[in-house]
Amino acid sequence: MSADLVIDARDLEKSYGSGSSRFDALKGVSLQIAAGETVAIVGKSGSGKSTLMHLLALLDEPDTGTVQVAGKEAKALSRREINELRNKEFGFVFQQFFLTPNVSVLDNVILPLKIAGIRGKQRRTRGLEVLNQLELADKADKKATTLSGGQKQRVVIGRALVNNPRVIFADEPTGNLDTATGAVVEDILFDLNREQGITLVIVTHDEDLAARCDRQIYIRDGLIVPGGAVHSTDHSTDHSTDHTTDHVGTHTGAHNPTHAAAHTGAHSGTAHPGADATGPTASTTPASTTSVGDAS
Amino acid sequence: MRTQDLVATAISNTFRSKLRTTLTVLAIFVGAFTLTLTNAVGAGVSQYVDAQVGALGSPDVFIVTQASQAASADDGPVEYDPNGSAMVSSNQGPPGTTTQALTDADLTTISDTAGIESVDPVRSVQPDYIENGAESGTQYEFSINATSAVTTADLTAGAQLDGGSSEAELVLPDTFVTPLGFDSAEDAVGASVTIGITDILGEKHTVDATVVGVSLESLLAAGAGANDALIAELAEAQSGGIDTAVTSYGVAIAHFDDTLSAEQITALKADLAAAGYTASTIEDQLGAVQTVITGIVGVLNAFAVIALIAAAFGIINTLLMSVQERTREIGLMKAMGMSGGKVYTLFSLEAIVIGFLGSAIGAGVAIGLGSILSNVLADGLLSGLPGLNILLFEPASVAFVILLVMLIAFLSGTLPAQRAAKQNPIESLRYE
Repeated sequence: MSADLVIDARDLEKSYGSGSSRFDALKGVSLQIAAGETVAIVGKSGSGKSTLMHLLALLDEPDTGTVQVAGKEAKALSRREINELRNKEFGFVFQQFFLTPNVSVLDNVILPLKIAGIRGKQRRTRGLEVLNQLELADKADKKATTLSGGQKQRVVIGRALVNNPRVIFADEPTGNLDTATGAVVEDILFDLNREQGITLVIVTHDEDLAARCDRQIYIRDGLIVPGGAVHSTDHSTDHSTDHTTDHVGTHTGAHNPTHAAAHTGAHSGTAHPGADATGPTASTTPASTTSVGDAS
Repeated sequence: MRTQDLVATAISNTFRSKLRTTLTVLAIFVGAFTLTLTNAVGAGVSQYVDAQVGALGSPDVFIVTQASQAASADDGPVEYDPNGSAMVSSNQGPPGTTTQALTDADLTTISDTAGIESVDPVRSVQPDYIENGAESGTQYEFSINATSAVTTADLTAGAQLDGGSSEAELVLPDTFVTPLGFDSAEDAVGASVTIGITDILGEKHTVDATVVGVSLESLLAAGAGANDALIAELAEAQSGGIDTAVTSYGVAIAHFDDTLSAEQITALKADLAAAGYTASTIEDQLGAVQTVITGIVGVLNAFAVIALIAAAFGIINTLLMSVQERTREIGLMKAMGMSGGKVYTLFSLEAIVIGFLGSAIGAGVAIGLGSILSNVLADGLLSGLPGLNILLFEPASVAFVILLVMLIAFLSGTLPAQRAAKQNPIESLRYE
């Protein structure tokens, strides 16, 4: 069983700060992700979904609990081995592109290979291969700043893909894109999963994107909740944190985390009944693979 | 990340913010430019002084005189001694100071001192004029450097004097070449010249000598060089055939074993001082000059280093801004598995690249401008000091300046690089 698991996380707890300002981001989350699976981690701002992704991607260490990546216990690895693991096994796609300006598209894409210490010629060959695959080969020598949003996100996917990773972590991969280009980027990601068997872990607000995944993990207040429970409240947060739409001043105030927490807290009570009704729409959810935190 | 990739990335990162890099490089440029020039002045002047020291004498000689009488001024009158009381003017103490002359007995005492190999008295001769032996043209006033037998002339043509030769040999200052009717320094070598001298009875004599070499005029040892044979011949002519009762000399030159260490030389000086003689090496005589030059160059260097320290703060500032600006990029690289150490190296290398740019350009411009300035000065303001190359750019010292600036740059980069290396990828990539 564990041989097929790319990521096996158990009883993850993580808190920030201390004393009265202590904030428990995760309160005991267990999650197994099998090779070739697509998993959506869905939740509101402050729910702990980003923290969960950081722990799974070994960007951070849990206070308690364990993470195994490809059968290797993360705690037992040295810092150098963890860096190497992230470099070789993981690819990252963020909502913001984080492309290096004034550097060519190709150089942006081959950054992970450069970090891995692969020689220049090999880097170039592999980089062009990836750009070809993403239909960006003609842009290879252009500066990253000259590209459109959708092209930029494709470059980012190329960068995540270039080291032939086992897992791609995508944090709001379409959050910064309009619907049409967002859909194209989604298609690329799911094609990669289908054709190359790359495991996808997608953190998102977007219910439609989440629905395309094999499995949805709903996170609320640092715990995994049964499927669909946060569906309708998710819509309200979707509005308040949507960067692409214009808002009046009162709404943008919801960007403040504490404000947002109070806002969503008021909603969650009323949202539950409705959530049960919309729950079954997440029809792709195979109940057998959903794992709920047993610490709760 | 491979080292060459780190270096290449650091170089390309340096040029990302061109204006900022340019300004920082300019600050370093000023420091490196100044430091290169002051070093060059120091090297140029000390090379000139070394050449002058060579003109004054070999490193293994003492110039020996009787200990100065000035010290015994309070002791009342000194009793007359018919064997050793001739007074000669001394160059120690105020003008007009005299010192007791050295007699043959003194020379024996000195040469018997352990460590001294030989002693030669310096016989000074005062020739009247020199003329071209072949053409018998205009006569020119002329002097002979009494210590030239032991000195190394700064030659432009010909050879050094042969002390052992029985032929009368002369090294001619190059300013005499054209007036005496020679086409060039090379033309003068081997020619015969006539030296006129008046004896103590007022009678005029002439002595013939062969020019063996032509020397640059020296700041510290004026006059032509003559070998022992020529000096002896001139001295004989000057004495007018009268043998003075007591042979006395103002100065003697003592050769010592050139394998002696500095301490042993000091001990030897003390031995001679105990015997009543003042012995000084050429270095002692020039020590004061060199100390002053070293002091001036040191002060100039200090100013240049202050400029570099100011530039170092510029580097710190530039890199801190760079780290701030590239927070996301650093976070991303760390998320992708770049170690903190490599991030540190990358930013340190950027500092070093800035330092190298500033210092290489600074040194290059200093060499270019300095060479032009040096030539202009040599033909103009400093034409009275032949052989002086006021700015001497030694490759080693230029390389040293560049390396020093790169070191300063590296040290300045430490703080920003540390900050970059410590950055937490999660914090860096947060975008709320």
